[in-house]
Amino acid sequence: MKLLGKLDWSAIPFDQPIVMGASGGMVLAIALILAWITVKGYWPYLWSEWLTSVDHKRIGIMYFILALIMLLRGFADAIMMRAQQAVAAGGAQGFLPPEHYDQIFSAHGAIMIFFVAMPLVIGLMNFVVPLQLGIRDVAFPTLNSVSLWLTASGILLTNISLVVGEYAKTGWVAYAPLSELEFSPGVGVDYYLWALQIAGVGTLMAGINFVATILKMRAPGMSLMRMPVFCWTALATNLLIVAAFPVLTATFAMLLLDRYLGFHFFTLAGEGNQMMYVNLFWIWGHPEVYILILPMFGVFSEVVATFSGKPLFGYRSMVAATMAICVLSFLVWLHHFFTMGAGADVNGFFGVMTMIIAVPTGVKIFNWLFTMYGGRVRFTVPVLWAVGFMVTFVIGGMTGVLMAVPPASFQLHNSLFLIAHFHNVIIGGVVFGAMAGYNYWFPKAFGFTLDARWGKASFWCWLVGFYLAFMPLYVLGLMGMTRRMQHYDNLGWQPWLVVAAIGALVIGAGIFCQVVQLVVSIRRREQYRDATGDPWNGRTLEWSTASPPPSWNFAFVPRVAGKDAFWARKKALPLRQDQPAPAREYKPIEMPRNSATGFVNAFFAVVIGFALIWHIWWMAGLGALGAFLTILVFAFREEGEFEIPAAQIAQFDRTHPVEIAL
Amino acid sequence: MRVRAFAVLLIAAAALGGCTEGVLDPKGPIAAAERQILFNSLAIMLAIVIPTILATLAVAFWYRSSNQRARYLPDFEYSGRLELLVWSIPAMTVLLVGGVAWVGAHDLDPRKPIASAQQPVAVQVVSLDWKWLFIYPEQGIASVNHLTVPVGTPISFELTSSSVMNSFFVPQLGSQIYTMSGMVTRLQLQADHAGTYPGLSANFSGDGFADMRFDVDAVSAEQFAQWITHARSSGAVLDAATYADLAKPSKAVAPSIYGAVAPKLFHDIANPPSAMNVMAQLVCSAPQRSEK
Repeated sequence: MKLLGKLDWSAIPFDQPIVMGASGGMVLAIALILAWITVKGYWPYLWSEWLTSVDHKRIGIMYFILALIMLLRGFADAIMMRAQQAVAAGGAQGFLPPEHYDQIFSAHGAIMIFFVAMPLVIGLMNFVVPLQLGIRDVAFPTLNSVSLWLTASGILLTNISLVVGEYAKTGWVAYAPLSELEFSPGVGVDYYLWALQIAGVGTLMAGINFVATILKMRAPGMSLMRMPVFCWTALATNLLIVAAFPVLTATFAMLLLDRYLGFHFFTLAGEGNQMMYVNLFWIWGHPEVYILILPMFGVFSEVVATFSGKPLFGYRSMVAATMAICVLSFLVWLHHFFTMGAGADVNGFFGVMTMIIAVPTGVKIFNWLFTMYGGRVRFTVPVLWAVGFMVTFVIGGMTGVLMAVPPASFQLHNSLFLIAHFHNVIIGGVVFGAMAGYNYWFPKAFGFTLDARWGKASFWCWLVGFYLAFMPLYVLGLMGMTRRMQHYDNLGWQPWLVVAAIGALVIGAGIFCQVVQLVVSIRRREQYRDATGDPWNGRTLEWSTASPPPSWNFAFVPRVAGKDAFWARKKALPLRQDQPAPAREYKPIEMPRNSATGFVNAFFAVVIGFALIWHIWWMAGLGALGAFLTILVFAFREEGEFEIPAAQIAQFDRTHPVEIAL
Repeated sequence: MRVRAFAVLLIAAAALGGCTEGVLDPKGPIAAAERQILFNSLAIMLAIVIPTILATLAVAFWYRSSNQRARYLPDFEYSGRLELLVWSIPAMTVLLVGGVAWVGAHDLDPRKPIASAQQPVAVQVVSLDWKWLFIYPEQGIASVNHLTVPVGTPISFELTSSSVMNSFFVPQLGSQIYTMSGMVTRLQLQADHAGTYPGLSANFSGDGFADMRFDVDAVSAEQFAQWITHARSSGAVLDAATYADLAKPSKAVAPSIYGAVAPKLFHDIANPPSAMNVMAQLVCSAPQRSEK
């Protein structure tokens, strides 16, 4: 048995019907999908067009698919928690024992932050940023594919923990010393750490990639102050990723050294300092909040401006506010633990800094309001999400500022009030933003719009479900209920938790409507077809090319003379596809070659992670060798690019006559 | 509709405050002051948040594309005056709330003594897996999962943990504070009204976390003296050996009392011996990691 380290048959929880049912269903579903692909003979297409693709648009779409799949998993965890707390009152223990319940809330948090919100954000940036900048790909296309697949590796490891072994029982923050070997001897914390280390490296590389892309690769004439606001927010987010993710990686590395090699960074014995972990975690963790929300501010800026038929109000204010948030987000981390017992000056400083961040955020809200002012607001699905966001987010922001007052935090910290607050900003901000972006850019990605009726149904279910699920948690927090309770005595809490559980079901209906929306739209794609490439009367460059865009994005690199480049062009030249395109001289375009590097490397990353979790040292060595060789093969490649002939580009332009030369 | 839902919620929450055991039903000066800060901050922010929500809905509705009476201003994208307004409204709000935060952080600093004619009662708190130990050093007694305090008297807590981090919290008395092993935090609370108030751990600490609850009995001075006499007669002794037993993980522990406590027990728990510690003391009189 030593050959497989700590791994043996006892790792698979045969005695737990809920776990076995869920994981059995998951394995069966994956097997069915793989069988279907094999039977249909889709493997060559899948391999050459998607798995090895370095096209930023395809990578963005794959990030989004990963996020939506993991949203289902994280939501299943949420439903179980809500159901448990709705019944485990008085003497009742509910249907989940603590060791299971603790894994569920830990997995829910880690999955929703790292494997839903992050891929949604990075996926949107991947798809949109190069198109808005008027360029053909990101700075390092193969690195982009490596980033995507490392995220997928982390996701796979996290899901393997459901079947083989266990997940962390520490909460998604994995505070030491609870996450140290002394208190968490199982493999759960190791799954958590290795999955997030691997995905974190991918995220860091994505951050570097986008900073380089945005700073160095804009279309001619697109100065920084002519970039769409979404690109500005993407720049801020990626700067934050580059600055903050190494802190997380280093913190987890120290915890891993404690757990694997007997170091004493955060242990009880040997002068370890547990609060150092908490500080470091939130030095990453608070910027992370803005990593998630800033691009969504960008989405809302695009959506509100486009559907109001107006330029964004106060562009320079928006840019200044975005960059102010970017810097300030590093100066507030201590508000996550005012209750540590730091002095009044320290608490006061971090409280006031936290509130100062609310100023640029408030500016943004007002600027969107003034963008709608004097506009012709079309209430499409993205606008519904945007208005829903503005109303919901100010409530979440208000409760956040409330908890930035240290004495209020002394009373509300770690309570369900806190849970309600951060779901208020993450669902009301990040999820609503992602849904607005999904409905907004879907026609660009696939060439047909999404069904509006199901989209609206989904919005209303999410909105009503959100308020039903989380407003009761504010009340419960004020009633003194803390988070992460597997059961409780106070029967007065139960009615509120039942309402919250109903709210979660309504959100579930919203997710269901989204799935139906996608299926219906695909079935009616001919009816919803958009041949113009510009279904919303857009303002920015992504709408100037065909939908879906060709792999080279633009046959002619656009020349930019101001903000809202495409809008200015449309105003100056009422020339559309009904007129013959002027004769243009097509030139061949160099594009990066597909590469299996990302996919193969990610396979070895899973091997390394799994081997280290189970202490199978030989397998970890083989995995590391494989990953190294994969990179080596890529480094010694003969040809990195290939040429798309001018005739092919000309042919595409004849069949998709939408691109307006800028 | 959403605004109304939120208003209803606030009213419901306020109404609940009168009859439940939460932070809106304070029973001591700290909790009362914190509730006041909560209300003040909320009032300042609602003054701007509610108009903002209403304005958002109104503007979005009025400027809907089907409304022919709404004026279309396709080039309205900058106004210096509005920009000034847009930055100054949140800035002024934050100035007010920031003032509340700064003053509040100092007035309600957990370790700040409560002004009182009464001599404070000292209580040493240890979080164990998964129960609470309360040591009364002046009285030489201790209790598990049950805290008895005299009404109208400041209670001066020193807190630490025997294992992982917890948070000591009695919502109706006020501030919570972390308990961390190898470190001592301080907290001053007071109960102004006799009664029984629930206490709990507010920071997740493992499998037995949900049962880490205790009742706080706030009683009159006479009853407190009686309780001490009763405790001293209970016979059980808390020394290094019985403490080691107690420190072993256990869940849903029934309250119990110790009639005698080894002196310096809390100090020994908060300063676990370690090779580095011993060495440091040998080499120089290095400052202790626990707060003095």
